[in-house]
Amino acid sequence: MSAIEPNVAVAAVPHGEEHDHHDPNLAHHFDTPDQQFQTGKLGTWMFLATEILMFGGLFCMYAVYRHSYPEVFEYAHQYLNRYLGAANTVVLITSSLTMAWGVRAAQMGNKKLLMIMLALTLLGAAGFMGIKSIEYSTKWKEHIFIGSGNLYYRDAADTVNRTKVQGLEEEALHIREPVEAKEGVTKVTSEPRDPNAGTPDEAKIVPPNITPAGLAPTVAVATHHHLSYDELESQERHRVYTFFAIYFFMTGLHGIHVLVGMGLITWILIRASRNEFGPTYFTPVDLVGLYWHIVDLIWIFLFPLLYLIH
Amino acid sequence: MSTAQSLEYDSHQDSDAVHVHVMPAWVLLTVYGVLVVATIATVAITLVDLGIMNIWAALIIAVFKAALVILYFMHLRYDSLFNGIVLISALGFVMVFIGVALMDTSEYKSNFQPPGTRMMMSSQNGL
Repeated sequence: MSAIEPNVAVAAVPHGEEHDHHDPNLAHHFDTPDQQFQTGKLGTWMFLATEILMFGGLFCMYAVYRHSYPEVFEYAHQYLNRYLGAANTVVLITSSLTMAWGVRAAQMGNKKLLMIMLALTLLGAAGFMGIKSIEYSTKWKEHIFIGSGNLYYRDAADTVNRTKVQGLEEEALHIREPVEAKEGVTKVTSEPRDPNAGTPDEAKIVPPNITPAGLAPTVAVATHHHLSYDELESQERHRVYTFFAIYFFMTGLHGIHVLVGMGLITWILIRASRNEFGPTYFTPVDLVGLYWHIVDLIWIFLFPLLYLIH
Repeated sequence: MSTAQSLEYDSHQDSDAVHVHVMPAWVLLTVYGVLVVATIATVAITLVDLGIMNIWAALIIAVFKAALVILYFMHLRYDSLFNGIVLISALGFVMVFIGVALMDTSEYKSNFQPPGTRMMMSSQNGL
């Protein structure tokens, strides 16, 4: 992010006319502060474009897998806590607001307000990482972390592993709990249950052989709510861990960006405390702000795509 | 804090000033309010079964929120047009990338999924 630091010491600028007072914030290769500011902004937007392209690759991976295995996504996303995800969205949006307000404070030369706003932004970022770490450690405890340690990584034919998966489902998702209680909340209440529910092996085989009238409700329940491992096709079961790989890859890269952002905001905060910013020079505040907003922006897409699969 | 709505820092010493649009406080707060409401809406809408429209509703809300962040928090609305072109072209290429990848995936889908299974149903119900 070299574009952010145009604060190069003006070593020797024999610029013909010498009015002695040369703006220390103006690098010698720029004619005016405005030109310098606009250049910095363009550079930052270029950088943000490459960020979008990088995350675009991950979103492409997501789209292809979801398109190929929609049921896997519908099943696996149940392990994500949508309320923690929503809380994190609000935390990040709030820190975006304080960042934007900080830029405003810098432009108006209000140092105290700028520092308060930067501190609040930093607090929001820390809060986001805190909630994220709660989510990650839950996944770790449930053995659905990334890699071969993931319960779903193993072969579905492995009966020991299958029992573990079913145990986890029961504990974390409550899939096998009395269904009526759940369906009362959603709109599926009226739908009759598969009489074979609870005896997984038969439940898989019998429904297609009975009358169409019996088949329809089973499909409706399966595709809309509380999909269980047993309802997945065998080629889908092998893909469940891929969802977690995608989840951790996307949120992990985003989390790294949040950490980088925290570093940048701390740097700006220190510089602000040294009275380096004012109405005539606030470029670094503005550019770090742009970066921080793009981090927020990526999360705005990650949240519904990962947590809110219907 | 002053009550200024939008002030231009025009300097007396000609070129020493950076000309910017300072975002009024009420705009920032309004945008924030709308973003929070939209977040609640995107969670609430998953409780309603809209079939394939669920994913589109989620994406439309996300794009709407992103547009607000870009236009006001990142003040692109008052920024150089060229910065906007940089952003839009990046987004455009990402869409081309994902679109073509999905078209390709659709072509091969029948090769690795046996027809007549639940996959057929889900292709109508969701992405």
